Amino acid sequence: MKLTGARIFLECLKREGVDVVFGLPGGAVLPVYDALYDFPGLRHILVRQEAAAGHAAEGYARTTGKVGVALVTSGPAATNLVTALQDAYMDSIPIVAFTGQVPTHMIGNDAFQEADNVGITRSCTKHNFLVKDGKDLAPTIKEAFYIAATGRPGPVHVDLPKDVLVKEWPFEYPEKISLRSYNPTYDGHPGQIKKAASAMLRAKRPVLYVGGGAISSDAAAEVRRLAELTQIYVTTTLMGLGAFPSEHPLSLEMLGMHGTYYANMAVHHSDCLVAVGARFDDRVTGKVEMFAPNAEIIHIDIDPSSISKNIQVHIPIVGDCRRVLARLIKEVEGETREGVPSLVREARKQWAEQIARWKAEFPLRYDWDDEVIKPQYVIQEISNLTRGEALIVTGVGQHQMWAAQYYRFKHPRAWCTSGGLGTMGYGLPTALGVQAAHPDQLVVNIDGDGSFVMNSQELATVYESRLPVKTVIINNGYHGMVRQWQEIIYKERYCAIDLSASPDFVKLAEAYGCVGIRATKPSEVVPALEKAFSTPGPVVVDMQVDREEDVFPMVPAGGANKDMILERPNKDVKAKAAKSQTGF
Amino acid sequence: MQNGSEPKKHTIAVLVENRFGVLSRVAGLFSARGYNIESLSVGETLDPTVSRMTLVVRGDEFVMEQVIKQLHKLIDVIKVTDLTEENHVEREMILLKVNAEPASRAEILRIADIFRAKVVDVTPTTYTLEATGDETKVTAIVELVRPFGIQELVRTGKVAIARGAKARGRKAEEKLGKVVEPAPASKEPVRDIGFED
Ligand SMILES: Cc1cc2nc3c(=O)[nH]c(=O)nc-3n(C[C@H](O)[C@H](O)[C@H](O)COP(=O)(O)OP(=O)(O)OC[C@H]3O[C@@H](n4cnc5c(N)ncnc54)[C@H](O)[C@@H]3O)c2cc1C
Ligand SMILES: Cc1ncc(C[n+]2csc(CCOP(=O)(O)OP(=O)(O)O)c2C)c(N)n1
Repeated sequence: MKLTGARIFLECLKREGVDVVFGLPGGAVLPVYDALYDFPGLRHILVRQEAAAGHAAEGYARTTGKVGVALVTSGPAATNLVTALQDAYMDSIPIVAFTGQVPTHMIGNDAFQEADNVGITRSCTKHNFLVKDGKDLAPTIKEAFYIAATGRPGPVHVDLPKDVLVKEWPFEYPEKISLRSYNPTYDGHPGQIKKAASAMLRAKRPVLYVGGGAISSDAAAEVRRLAELTQIYVTTTLMGLGAFPSEHPLSLEMLGMHGTYYANMAVHHSDCLVAVGARFDDRVTGKVEMFAPNAEIIHIDIDPSSISKNIQVHIPIVGDCRRVLARLIKEVEGETREGVPSLVREARKQWAEQIARWKAEFPLRYDWDDEVIKPQYVIQEISNLTRGEALIVTGVGQHQMWAAQYYRFKHPRAWCTSGGLGTMGYGLPTALGVQAAHPDQLVVNIDGDGSFVMNSQELATVYESRLPVKTVIINNGYHGMVRQWQEIIYKERYCAIDLSASPDFVKLAEAYGCVGIRATKPSEVVPALEKAFSTPGPVVVDMQVDREEDVFPMVPAGGANKDMILERPNKDVKAKAAKSQTGF
Repeated sequence: MQNGSEPKKHTIAVLVENRFGVLSRVAGLFSARGYNIESLSVGETLDPTVSRMTLVVRGDEFVMEQVIKQLHKLIDVIKVTDLTEENHVEREMILLKVNAEPASRAEILRIADIFRAKVVDVTPTTYTLEATGDETKVTAIVELVRPFGIQELVRTGKVAIARGAKARGRKAEEKLGKVVEPAPASKEPVRDIGFED
């Protein structure tokens, strides 16, 4: 059977089970759009800027476990997409991005809208391809999906020259692929797993440190089983939120720079730290020499290069979290049959008491105000009203941290945030991708006023495509996170952070055909949220919050986690933080 | 990472898919991660779909562990071997264009002879020498002819091969994960639980 390259492309997507594509057309990729015109069974969502196509694909992927797909044209469209590719790369999100390219005979001639797409995306993708020959098209697409979804997930980019799309080629979808150079390890080494089990059971102050890998391997049930079986406390990274219920008695919630006091203290004092699909990011470890200094470290990760990258690991286990945990649970069950040694049992009791004290000493807290809306309160109410069941997306900044701290997570794959790259503007486009995948679920985009405007054009997309995303802007009129750093680290020398000249967000929403709601007093918060959540279409809530609230706890970058700042610091603390960061 | 050993030179053999862009993937990896390549050479193997690169990299134990893992992580990389850890042969070829005035011509030829270098081009004022050898030999000949005046010098970069009947296979999982001894603190007696600091 002979088909045009464009048609082959669509057939391949269909066979990969793709139901939605996020894209924006242009010259080089027009053959695909022409084929899409009467191609059944594939929904195309027209975004308004190409980065949004990439982020939407990320949201789709993270919340479904399937591969997200973006489709854009050559040159400027491909370069617009780069931020989303790097975002997906940092956060290990499986997407496949297709870009148009000038015809093969013109590549390298500085043709109209030409860019060296694969040259540009090489360092921000797990792998990329330039399809120079139509007979390679189907196998390449198959490989692209396979590589994106397997092993450590990540973005794959496929560059499609126009002539490859236009010409006819024999089409046969490959049933199988074999890549001799790519063979991820899924099953952990049994000997290592045995060692890990006995280390965990021997430990007096063990902690499970659970990351995004537990989400991507769908290991939440195993994490919970292991924690309950061994009575080990669990902390999660920003990317691991949802892998363990926030309200579980064994939960320490998030650790790291803006993690809870008790999570950071527990990790600091732990004698056995079990990292499950987490990569010891510097926002988690703080000063590495001071991170879990007395712990025997067990690390389960599918990517060998994550292991001993930042922190030396004592028991590495290369494999998929879910499979390794399942096996680890069996080992632990075997070993605990005779009961836990009484010494360990006694130590664990003391450990639990210590953790309870830490929790009581410094819970997450903020000062209430009758007149001014506290941003943390907004998050708490979003959490209450949605009973922790909504799909949550965020921008980047303080609001992101408050969302991480105050939302009560119940489920995995219900939280999308830009962790590794910290991409402002991630919120709305990602939320629309999530909503496209889950048309009947409540999707809440908790955004910042600075982040939101980086992609607010996507209001047109949510309106047009009937994606009822609820955006709640935590509007402090500042680049709040930057303001906080300038306040605490840079001696209140505020520079380029004031956003009070932002547009009227209610009117902005309305201009796009969405509903706009504003709240300025604490008493208006719940009614505004209730109205937003019960309105059928897309809504923007402008929550005008305390302009100068800060996120605590806070570990100044590079500081030791145990020295976290717990409340608005006095002069001395600020001076110390400033000195450690800036040297003066 | 902490406690890195002394940096030293490593010779790494990398088998890669002989595909478009593979060289820039490898080179890009090094620049993106801030590793230094001292030399790199590439060529086809017996199997024309596979190329072999020989990289010379300087780094401490931790850097080298990451270099090897990151190379493995590239989709087009089939096999990585750190030849430094085993018995191997290394060779490099250089071409040297040396000033050869009548008074020094005989001496240059003598040096060439000692190093079994070939004279591959002659002009009234220069000799071009071709020499092959390991690093010590190549450096030695360069130093010996330097006083005559070297006009141009080209090195191929090293190629290397393991001695013995078979090339080494992929490293085992433990090797990649690198098992280390547990922290001594975990061996403390139970009663020592304290949270003072
Ligand atoms: C403003 C701001 C503040 C931040 N503050 C914090 C903070 O206080 N605390 C915090 O935790 N983070 C914080 N972050 C996020 C931080 O930068 C990192 O993104 C995050 O800590 C990384 O999470 P992770 O370790 O779970 O790794 P991820 O990036 O989620 O990586 C997943 C790991 O799991 C592995 N993996 C993937 N799939 C599998 C599988 N199937 N099986 C096994 N392993 C797998 C991968 O190889 C990788 O090593 C902040 C970010 C921003 C923008
Ligand atoms: C694209 C991009 N540019 C700049 C930054 C640096 N940055 C991090 S947080 C932040 C301020 C975010 O402001 P806002 O979205 O209003 O959130 P807030 O911190 O006020 O909650 C900035 C500028 C970034 N993370 N991403």
